[in-house]
Amino acid sequence: MKILVPLKRVADPDNANKIKIAPDGAKIDTTGLEWKPNPFDEYAVEAALRLTENGATPKVRGGEVVVVTFGPKEADTTLRQMLATGADRAVRVDTTDDALDGSLVARALKALVEREKPDLVLMGKQAVDGDSNQVGQILAELLGWPMATFAATLQEEAGALLVGREVDGGVITLRVKLPAVVTVDLRIVAPTSVYSLATARTHKYADGVRFSALPAIMAAKKKPLIEVPLAELSPDTSLRIAYSKFEPPPVRKAGVKVPDVAVLVDKLVNEAKVL
Amino acid sequence: MADILVVAELAEGKVKKTTHSAIAFARDAAQGSGGTFSILALGAGVAAAAAQLTGFGAAKVIVADDAGLAGYVCERYAPTVVAAAKAGGFGVVVATASAFGKDLLARVAGQLDAGYAADISQVKAEGGKLAYRRPMFAGNAYGWCSIDTATQVVTVRQSEFSPAEPSGGASPIEAFAVAPPCAGAERIEFVSFEQVKSERPELGEASVIVAGGRALKEKFKDVLDPLADLLGAAVGASRAACDAGYAPSDLQIGQTGKIVAPKLYLAIGISGAIQHLAGMKGSKVIVAINKDADAPIYQVADYGLVADLFQAVPELVTAVKAAKGA
Ligand SMILES: Cc1cc2nc3c(=O)[nH]c(=O)nc-3n(C[C@H](O)[C@H](O)[C@H](O)COP(=O)(O)OP(=O)(O)OC[C@H]3O[C@@H](n4cnc5c(N)ncnc54)[C@H](O)[C@@H]3O)c2cc1C
Ligand SMILES: Nc1ncnc2c1ncn2[C@@H]1O[C@H](COP(=O)(O)O)[C@@H](O)[C@H]1O
Repeated sequence: MKILVPLKRVADPDNANKIKIAPDGAKIDTTGLEWKPNPFDEYAVEAALRLTENGATPKVRGGEVVVVTFGPKEADTTLRQMLATGADRAVRVDTTDDALDGSLVARALKALVEREKPDLVLMGKQAVDGDSNQVGQILAELLGWPMATFAATLQEEAGALLVGREVDGGVITLRVKLPAVVTVDLRIVAPTSVYSLATARTHKYADGVRFSALPAIMAAKKKPLIEVPLAELSPDTSLRIAYSKFEPPPVRKAGVKVPDVAVLVDKLVNEAKVL
Repeated sequence: MADILVVAELAEGKVKKTTHSAIAFARDAAQGSGGTFSILALGAGVAAAAAQLTGFGAAKVIVADDAGLAGYVCERYAPTVVAAAKAGGFGVVVATASAFGKDLLARVAGQLDAGYAADISQVKAEGGKLAYRRPMFAGNAYGWCSIDTATQVVTVRQSEFSPAEPSGGASPIEAFAVAPPCAGAERIEFVSFEQVKSERPELGEASVIVAGGRALKEKFKDVLDPLADLLGAAVGASRAACDAGYAPSDLQIGQTGKIVAPKLYLAIGISGAIQHLAGMKGSKVIVAINKDADAPIYQVADYGLVADLFQAVPELVTAVKAAKGA
């Protein structure tokens, strides 16, 4: 199976408290922030690796995993990280974060999919910087492909995938014939979430994403990484949504610590009046 | 002036509460932009649900009822939303940012080549033009945005738009023909919907939520159920508790789970990672019970109790019972 994984680099969400808003509110200031792969996309890479191997012998790779990011030259670092975990090739679509929105990323991805002809586009359900949750759905529509969003489980079948989608109130199971677009949720990297045809159903993966050993990091430096100008994929680089102003969230005033349960209940009854 | 189309979320022949938040948005936005709003009810066997939607002051309730829509598949729903939006000349299409709304409306936006703003928390009309405010970076910033395409597509955060109440009146019902499915729809098969049944209130609707974290381990239910029963509360969980299987995934609260804002939120054995806070810091009163006095949850808690939860929660049950009895 050939899998294309779109992957965004984001300002480290665990450093999000350090996100600064420019004084005039015109933009989010990312200077000095660390970058890391959008966690959901990192999970998509892990799922793609699981789909292209026998879990018992992960060093023997089958199929092909191509990662693609839209961003500036520095985003190459993030792509190399993914090559080190086992992806085969990388593409960087040269642009800047401010020049993009979900629609444009999807339009350009469509052109890339037509070039690369993958069997599956596997990606995060949302990028945790913009929290926009849309590129996968728009891409599926532009390609005229079936989609399954918020996937928590994936089982390969001949020419198809059985997908468990985490939705409100339970799990919807869909069978999609390839080629298709699938966006993944958090639990896709649980030990028994993803099975390729080659992997025994009794196999259990380690929880989370795999680490890359030092030799793999060295080898990743030699893996192919190409650069494509954005306008080559989408001559129309107009945006559908425009941000005019950013604001910090309202601050909650710090509360009090109570010494014991009795005081807590007293406060909830008499002060907060919520019991 | 923009007329607004609300896409209702229906389940088992009933209107889901989420819909009422999208209606609340539509009332605000229609008033701000000098237009009207209508509601689209689509699915299989939705006549009764559609009837429940006629009392909210909508210009009309558009009903697309078709056996082919049994079992939600985006590729079968999206074209009808698009057709209804075009037929009625609607300027804005809205649903609530539930799993259903987020799945469906982004694809609708793709089909309309429209700009799509997800999960918005506020709408404002500026010179007849709508501006939307939405949380980003796990709630660490809010952005104001606008959309210039002929149709605008948005989903709204349920916890930020208090559910619309019926306003009387009887909107006319209009039958609408279901549009043919998206390209590729024949390659998708709905296999099943495995529902998590619960006697408790839904997280989005509860006025009290008892939420537990990784610390509860296999005792999650044993410890939290008595307290939740007593308070008539919904039960929520952190990602770590869901990942570990202590609680069902659909109870996850946070940036990528449910966003809630109850009157009272009790965070028990939850550290308070930013991704968790993103889903609950809009709650009116927050109580935290954690044995680590430096846990970040205390930065948002109104009342913090530094204690071992396995001792404190049973004590709390006893004390609340006593207080209620008095
Ligand atoms: C992309 C992404 C998305 C995420 N989305 C979400 C999300 O939507 N929701 C979410 O919740 N998380 C989310 N997370 C995970 C988040 O970062 C945290 O890992 C998670 O919230 C931690 O859960 P926890 O507080 O239960 O566990 P821990 O961080 O392990 O905290 C357990 C707490 O219990 C306390 N404790 C232990 N024993 C006791 C005891 N006996 N009595 C009292 N207290 C005790 C400890 O002091 C500790 O503070 C996301 C992470 C990523 C990367
Ligand atoms: N700049 C980008 N580069 C590569 N992939 C992206 C980019 N932006 C979004 N994506 C992909 O689209 C998914 C959904 O993002 P979003 O719709 O922006 O929340 C992400 O998880 C990525 O897989």
